Amino acid sequence: MAGSAKPHGRLWTWLDERVGLAELEKVVKKKEVPVHRHTVWYYLGGMTLFLFMVQVATGILLLFYYRPSAEEAYESVQFLMAEVEFGWLIRSIHSWAANLMIFTLFIHLFSVLLLKAYRRPREVTWLSGIGLMGLAMGFGFTGYLLPWNELAYFATKVGTEITGVVPVIGPFLGRLLRGGDEVTGATLTRFYGIHVAVLPALTTLLLGLHLFLVQKHGMSVPPGAERAGGGRRTMPFFPNFLLRDLVGWLSALAMLAALAAYFPTELGQKADPFASAPVGIKPEWYFMFMFKTLKYLPSYILGIEGEIVGVVGFGVGGLFLLLIPFLDRRTARGEPSPLFTWIGIAIILYMVALTYLGYTEVATQ
Amino acid sequence: MRGLLALAWLAFAGMTVLPAAAQQQRPESCAACHLETGDERLANPVKQFGEDIHSAKGFGCVACHGGDGREAGMEAMDPAKGYIGKPERQQVVQVCGRCHSDARFMKQYNPALRVDQVTEYATSVHGRRLREFGDPKVATCVNCHPAHSIKPPSDPRSSVHPLKVAETCGRCHGDPKYMEVYKIPTDQLAKYRQSVHWRLMSVKGDLSAPTCNDCHGNHGAAPPGISWVGNVCGQCHTVQAEFFGKSPHAKVFAQMGVPGCATCHSNHDIQEATDAMLVLADQAVCAGCHAAADKGGKAAADMRALIDSLGGEYDKARAILLQAERAGMEVSQAQFDLNAAKDALVKARAAIHAFRVEAVKKEGEPGLEISAKAYARGVRALDELQFRRKGLAVSLVIILAVIAGIVVKIRQLDRRS
Repeated sequence: MAGSAKPHGRLWTWLDERVGLAELEKVVKKKEVPVHRHTVWYYLGGMTLFLFMVQVATGILLLFYYRPSAEEAYESVQFLMAEVEFGWLIRSIHSWAANLMIFTLFIHLFSVLLLKAYRRPREVTWLSGIGLMGLAMGFGFTGYLLPWNELAYFATKVGTEITGVVPVIGPFLGRLLRGGDEVTGATLTRFYGIHVAVLPALTTLLLGLHLFLVQKHGMSVPPGAERAGGGRRTMPFFPNFLLRDLVGWLSALAMLAALAAYFPTELGQKADPFASAPVGIKPEWYFMFMFKTLKYLPSYILGIEGEIVGVVGFGVGGLFLLLIPFLDRRTARGEPSPLFTWIGIAIILYMVALTYLGYTEVATQ
Repeated sequence: MRGLLALAWLAFAGMTVLPAAAQQQRPESCAACHLETGDERLANPVKQFGEDIHSAKGFGCVACHGGDGREAGMEAMDPAKGYIGKPERQQVVQVCGRCHSDARFMKQYNPALRVDQVTEYATSVHGRRLREFGDPKVATCVNCHPAHSIKPPSDPRSSVHPLKVAETCGRCHGDPKYMEVYKIPTDQLAKYRQSVHWRLMSVKGDLSAPTCNDCHGNHGAAPPGISWVGNVCGQCHTVQAEFFGKSPHAKVFAQMGVPGCATCHSNHDIQEATDAMLVLADQAVCAGCHAAADKGGKAAADMRALIDSLGGEYDKARAILLQAERAGMEVSQAQFDLNAAKDALVKARAAIHAFRVEAVKKEGEPGLEISAKAYARGVRALDELQFRRKGLAVSLVIILAVIAGIVVKIRQLDRRS
């Protein structure tokens, strides 16, 4: 160990003797990334991780000023944006990075789905990834309320009402989320706790597992590329792949800076529980396809409330997505599996179409 | 206004000689006969009475007209049984007053209602003329509260609902032929309908805006005396009235025998007061008495300059904050603070009624200071916006340079491998 550490200098040697840097270096140098026509999709996971790190860093900075109570939350964000040096930048980057992170996460998920990267032995990697997606959406849902502005208040009201529709446990779940029967200061405090403590803790565990498994199994070569004899060419992870990753991260950073400077996140009006709901309340874009689906459903379907059917339907859909590695037997056997490819494409088209309709249709009360 | 309206339905709520007895007399035979006669004059009161507030409260015909409703024929209208028929004009007030002046009785129906309508009426021009001259044309209770179809003032169909009061008074006061003998103007209704007060009420739906009775009183209706017009207007415009009361004009106007507020603002056709009133040009109110060179003229010019300056600074600050807000800057606190300058402008405009430059200055100068601070914050926000954009450009250049360096390095690595 000492012999391999020699060329790096005394500090390296000192650290190597204590934490085993040489072993780490060996692992990193040994790691190879397959090169084929789908290699570009490998960058999305890293990009999502980078944006998550931006979220952690900006989130910690926001904590220095944010006060989680119905009386002070709005004012503290207002103060941060108007009076604190670069406060506007931190909040805007936090907000934009959240959106971009979920966007890259979706692309990562669908690229894994369409390239069948969930197949043996990566089933647990897929499960942890789906879990991370759920956590990311949880971050979005809880974080949206924290500025305690009008839009966030009413969107949360609608969102938690939908939770209450879940059969059997819905009403309990709704009250648990709200901290009562209505969205109040208690909800805000609860969402804050979930946003800055519960979800980060769960994410750390699940992300650790996800990264460990990615490291353990390496990058998956798509079955199509494998069959065509691709994926035999590789490039070293360090520095070749990492530098390419870095280009993507820096591009994302540039985009974040531009968005924050030209489209700073607005604060809007302070939430007023006694005011009437503004016309055309919309959830965050990544919930839009679900929101719109529920709007389109008739009041009753086969004698069951349409909303219940919708919520249960999404639950079943989520479970289906989670279990895909175990349902797609053909891919598991190494055979082409066009059915699951088309299912993936159909899900993407459905989400895009419903989201588009959600933003283009005329708002109603 | 509300007092009048609340009293309005009470004015006739006392249609009873003996209320307890009146309620025992039901069912009455009056309605049956009056409807059967085929004479609309006799049937209409019965038909209308169904929607009358007194009917709703359980009173019948005998409550006002007397008699015995239990009798089936003409015996019901026996004067010996208290039947008075259609009350004479002089009788109307007493008939109504039997109940409406009886506090103990009225408490059973509406404890909040006043019981001084008859006393008030006695002090009114209407009441005095009726008492002193037996004038048959003056209004009594039933002229404003039509007998048999009296509704509470809160009912939009009521003749004394805020939106209907002017029309009710105008039925007599707007009729030149009817009012000919009194030799008083009859254009009040037409003028009132041009006023800011009527616009507030009829267009903006503000039912608290003044109508006839708010300035003239209702049951005690009379034109305000010259010396107390200010008190009438001051009921709502308290700040202005206070300033005016201490102003040099208060004494001078009294000596001249001209009313306080109405001299500059007129009375029935009062328009929205604007800064343009405070000038010495033709048609402007100050020019009526003052010239540019005299002390009052100079004071008017100075006050106007102060108001213009504050209004201008406020507008300037508001515009720059709006510009910053539209550019995405967070300036809501500055916008909130600027509200104080708007308040100062309102106060300074009210202080004009003191007719002293110092009074306007005292109210207006804090507003100038607040406007200047808000403007500075707007400038700072726009500077910050420029800084952000420049910062963005610099950051992008640095990031792009780093990206370019990495791309070069990647190519070198690719060539080597």
